[in-house]
Formats: sequence, C-alpha cells, structure tokens
Amino acid sequence: MSSLAQIPTGKRVIVSGIDNSHITTKLLELGFIVGTEVEVIFSAPFRDPIAVDLNGAVISLRLDEAALIQVENIANS
Amino acid sequence: MKIALLGNPNTGKSSVFNLMTGLRQQVGNFPGVTVEKKSGNLKLNGEEHIVTDFPGVYSLYPRTKDEEVVYNVLTNQQSQEYPDIAVYVADASNLERNLLFFTQLYDLKTPLVLVLNMTDLASKRGVSIDIEKLQTYFPDVPIITTNARIGMGKERIIEAIKNFKVQNRTKSIIEAYIAVDKENTKEQAIEATKRFKVLKEIVKQIESTGQSKTDTFSRKIDKFLVHPFWGYFVFISVLLVIFQFIFSFAAVPMDFIDGTFGSLSNWTSTVLSPGMLNDLISQGIIPGIGGVVVFIPQIALLFLFISIMEESGYLARVVFIMDRIMRPLGLNGKSVVPLISSAACAIPGVMSTRTIADWKERMITIMVAPLMSCSARIPVYTLLISIVIPEHKVFGFFNLQGLVLFGLYFLGILSALMVSLIFKQFLKTKEKGFLLLELPSYKNPRWSNIGINIVQKVKIFILDAGKIILAISIILWALASFGPGNKMQQAEKNLKNNSEFLALSQTEKQQQLASVKLESSYIGILGKTLEPAIQPLGYDWKIGISLITSFAAREVFVGSLATIYAVHDESEENTRLIEKLKNEKNLKGQKIYSLASGVSLMIFYVFAMQCMATLAVVKRETNSWKWPMIQILYMGLLAYTGAYVSFQILN
Repeated sequence: MSSLAQIPTGKRVIVSGIDNSHITTKLLELGFIVGTEVEVIFSAPFRDPIAVDLNGAVISLRLDEAALIQVENIANS
Repeated sequence: MKIALLGNPNTGKSSVFNLMTGLRQQVGNFPGVTVEKKSGNLKLNGEEHIVTDFPGVYSLYPRTKDEEVVYNVLTNQQSQEYPDIAVYVADASNLERNLLFFTQLYDLKTPLVLVLNMTDLASKRGVSIDIEKLQTYFPDVPIITTNARIGMGKERIIEAIKNFKVQNRTKSIIEAYIAVDKENTKEQAIEATKRFKVLKEIVKQIESTGQSKTDTFSRKIDKFLVHPFWGYFVFISVLLVIFQFIFSFAAVPMDFIDGTFGSLSNWTSTVLSPGMLNDLISQGIIPGIGGVVVFIPQIALLFLFISIMEESGYLARVVFIMDRIMRPLGLNGKSVVPLISSAACAIPGVMSTRTIADWKERMITIMVAPLMSCSARIPVYTLLISIVIPEHKVFGFFNLQGLVLFGLYFLGILSALMVSLIFKQFLKTKEKGFLLLELPSYKNPRWSNIGINIVQKVKIFILDAGKIILAISIILWALASFGPGNKMQQAEKNLKNNSEFLALSQTEKQQQLASVKLESSYIGILGKTLEPAIQPLGYDWKIGISLITSFAAREVFVGSLATIYAVHDESEENTRLIEKLKNEKNLKGQKIYSLASGVSLMIFYVFAMQCMATLAVVKRETNSWKWPMIQILYMGLLAYTGAYVSFQILN
C-alpha cells in the first residue's frame, strides 16, 4: 500500500484509507472518501504541493498532507 | 427576517449575495471574533430582510475561526444570528461534495432553500441534473437553479423566499443523526463517510454525466500558469504591472488630492477668523483627513488587481506555486497576497491574512507585513535620496538614486523574510499548518463583484485607519501648537524684537515665526529631550521632532521638516526644502544631512513601526495588545541598530 504522496503525475488511483490526524475531517469533507478515484494532475516545483483531480474538482495539498491518504491501484488496469 | 447564505467555498456564493443585495452591504465582524461578516438588505413587499453571507465551508465541523462561526450559529437555534431562512448555494458541477454540508443542515432541521448555481459550467462539463428527482429526496426544501455570475436567477430566489413555508422535517438523511462534538474527529469521520455513501447513491440517480467531468479549458491554462518556469515568469510580470499602476499611475490622482486639501486648508485659514479653532481646522483636521484620503487611489488600484486575480481563479494558482517557497520561512502560500498588499499599505495587508487558516503562519505574516515598504515611505525616501545621494549614473546605465530606492525596497522584503524565520523559531503551535485548497476553474471576472469588493476595502481603510490617523493628527497638532507656560509667547516676542527678523518679507516672517513656535512647543521640547538618544544615529532635535510627528503617518516627516526649517514649498518636488536641508550644518560646521545621517535615516524608516494605524489594526486582528507591542519593539530595535550601524560605518 502506498500514499498519495508517492503517486507519479498522471496516474489514477483509488483512495483506500485516511490516516488519523488533525486534518482527517478536512480531507474527508473535500471528498477523499474510500473508494473514490484520484489522479495527480500537476505539481509545483520541487513536487510540493501537488494538485489532484477529485470528481472533477482540483484540490491542492502539501506532500505531508497527501501522505495521510492511503491509495491503491485501480483493479484491472 | 434573517436570511443566511451558506455553502462551500468557490460556489459563487458571493455572486448570489451581490445579486440579492447589490450595493447595500455592510462589512463588520461576527460578535466577539475577527471573522468578517458581510450583510446586506433585501426589500420585499416593503419589508426589509437582512441577508448575511457566511464564510464558505465544506462541512459543519470547524477547523478554522471562520468555520467555527458557522458551527456555533447553526448548531444553536437560540443564537442571535440563527437564520429564519438558510439559502444554501451549491456548485451544480460538483453536487456530491457540495451536498455534504447541505445534508448536515437538513438533518439539523435548518429551514433551507437549495440553490444550484453555476449550471452553465455544469452543462459545459457534461453534467445534467434531474431536479424533480432531486426534489424527491428533500421534499420540503424549495430547489432552484441560478447562474449568479451572469445575473440570472434573482427572481427565482426572491420567489422562493416569498413563498417560504415552515419546514417540519421528520425524516433524516442518515439515521440517528447527532451534531457531533466539534472536537471529536473520529466520530466526524464516521459521519462524513456515511453521508457520502448516501450522497453517492443520490447523485447517481439524479445526475447524468457525459464522457468526462474534467474542465479541459482550465487544465490547459494550468499547464502554463503553474509551469516551473512560465508560472513564475507570469507571476512576476503580473506583479510588475501592479506596481507600475500603484506607483506611477496612482500619482496623478494622489497629487490632485494633495493639492485639493492644500488649497482647502489655505482657504479655510483665510475664511475663518484667526484663532485656535481656525488653526485646529486648517492645520489639524483638514491635513489629517487629507493624509487619509491621499492613499485611496493606491489602495483601490491594489484591490482592483487582487480582486481580478481572485475572481478569475488565478490567485489560488499563485498560492499553489508560492507555498513551497514560503514554507521554510514559516509562512504559507497564502502569505503572498498580504505581503504584496503591504507594499501599498500594511493595513489591508494585515486584514487579508484572515484567509490563512493556520494560526502560526497567520501570526508570522502579520508580524512581518509592516516591514514591506509601504507607499507612505516613498515621500520620505525620495526626499532623503535627493538630499544625500548624488545623481550619478552607474555603469553608464543605472541611475544611482533609483538604485538606492530599489535597495531600500529590497531591504524591506529581505528583512520581512529573515524576521519570519526568527518568529518561526519562537512561535509554538500544537499542530502543523496545512494548505488544502481548492483550485477553482478559471472564469471571467465579474466586474460588479470586483467593484463592490474595492468599495468595501476602501471603506474599511477609511474607517479603520482614518479614525486613528485623524486622531493622532489632532493630538500632534495640539502638541505642536502649545507649549509649557508662556514659553511660546516669549520666543515669539524675542523674535519680533530681533532686527534681522524685521527686515524679512511678510511670508518669511510667518515662516520664521512658525519655526520658532514649533521649537518652543511641547513637541519641540520632546524633540530636544530625544536628542541624546538619537545623536548616535546622526540626528539632531529637528529630525527628532519629525520622527515623533511621523507617527501619525510616515509621510508627515516631510511636512514637519518643512515647518521646522521655515520653508513653505508650493512646488511638488520640494526643491527649496532640499536646498535648505543640503546646507544645514551643526555647531561644528559639519553637514547635518550628510551621506551617513541620510542613509541612517532611510534605514530607520525601512524598519521602524512608524504607523499607529497599523498597530491598531494588528491589535484588532490578533485580539490583544501583546502582538502590536512585540511588533513596535522588534521593529524599533531593528531600526535603531540598523541606523546606528550605518551611521557609524559611513561617518
């Protein structure tokens, strides 16, 4: 299992869990729900922060925030 | 009736608000907190309703002060602010996420109207919504569609409010809903997950999506605007354009305002009968008001640009590309705007830090913002530069005076960043800062939103800074007009008996008189008391007086010197004052305005917290005197040491 922070730009993955932290609720309410597809679409220089596509919305997160989001590969792709 | 506007950020909520209330808006704070409360009036059938625009939030659960206000009001029906109708604005192109907070309110039994906004954007992205089916899930909530950006849907909102019926909800979206304790993040996570499960089903039923929800247009622009090279190139170019406008083009209206207030004060002094009241009005109040009004063009221009950047969606990209650079300094990508604003005036700069959710990052931004060279420093810089810096060309190309001015600005920026680094070590928080920000899709800015925003910002500046600048102007006028005992009359008498004085022309006599009076006034005495402390910096008591008077606003420094040296200068360039100051010598026959003392003064003004209005705003924004006190101390220390070192080296 890997975190969203490790996913290269352009790859689509599926959210499989959120680590407990002070921003868990924030991440959830933005739509990082288990089972949702996300794609890293671009990043700032030094690859931090990153921007992801989440149901058509573009959300930016710092790498250590992305590290709280567990993801896995989409089945049969 | 109290109408609340609620919804996620970036849903066009403020467009809906402007649509409903137009220019009849007031900006204030929610009681007890520094969270901006925008409210406006809506007149229906001769009845006045108050519409309040609440901060945009993604859910009921608070992490920031803004969100706390929403939580406190909506979970407490007894609250003063609790709405009779909550108009919930949702972005039609992202219903699932937008309905999370809505269903929380639905289960809290808040009286609701649901507005699906930005339907044009949704259909452009291939999203179409079956409103009738959506209605079956929330049977008692009126649902309407709008396109507030282009002004569509006002009648529908008004209609919904007019026909509003009391809602008695018995069914909840999720069973056994509990308004979870705002600290209990575990329970909140469970609840949010449950809700999304339900919402996913609902959205699946009502929404038919085309091939892709992606906003391809925004993606293309983003390729360019967050590019590692072009992204910064564009941002720097935008900054250059903004500063060109603020510093060159704003000069025209500013000179006009300066001139108008100058003649107004001359006119009143001749029209009113001579005496104290005359002096108070013509020398205290009118120049005081003028000193506030003169900054309006720059502040309005600055917010014109910031609003365009915000409305178009570009600002979020700036935050995105600057965050990594600002973070090692203890700042946030969102600190960029406050710091840029502070280059015009620290007051709107400090106020715009409210968007920074993290306490520590926000505090550091507030603490260093006044180190950015604001426009009130320009008159001081230019006067001093033209006295002590020769008009050389460097490398046959650069103007030395221009380079020095640039250097002073650079010093301001550099010190702001360095001081951030120091505050980062000292300020402690339990929790790490976070960014988590939505990058909205690019849109054409809506000019009426921008106009309203500018008017509000200028209003805040006039009310906030204006009061203080005016009050200090009057106090300083009093200190400069009165002296202990009959010292002033004595000085006047001595002067009038002087044979040299009698030979002078009428205007010269008046100028001499004003100068002598100032010397024997309370301020004059203060200046002389201060002299031993500022001598190591290369200043005399006359400069001391000007340092004190410029506490109202830095640019007062120039006017004070003119009074002390008895130079009345009509010309804009202060040529006579510059000549006079160039030739000023101390008792030992050395120049007072030498390169050493001139540079020392410039350095002093780069660092010193010579602005009471900013201090007052910092106090209000931080809710304590502790922070403005720290600010005045650390900046004073920097100013004194910086000035001391530069004087001692150059002398």
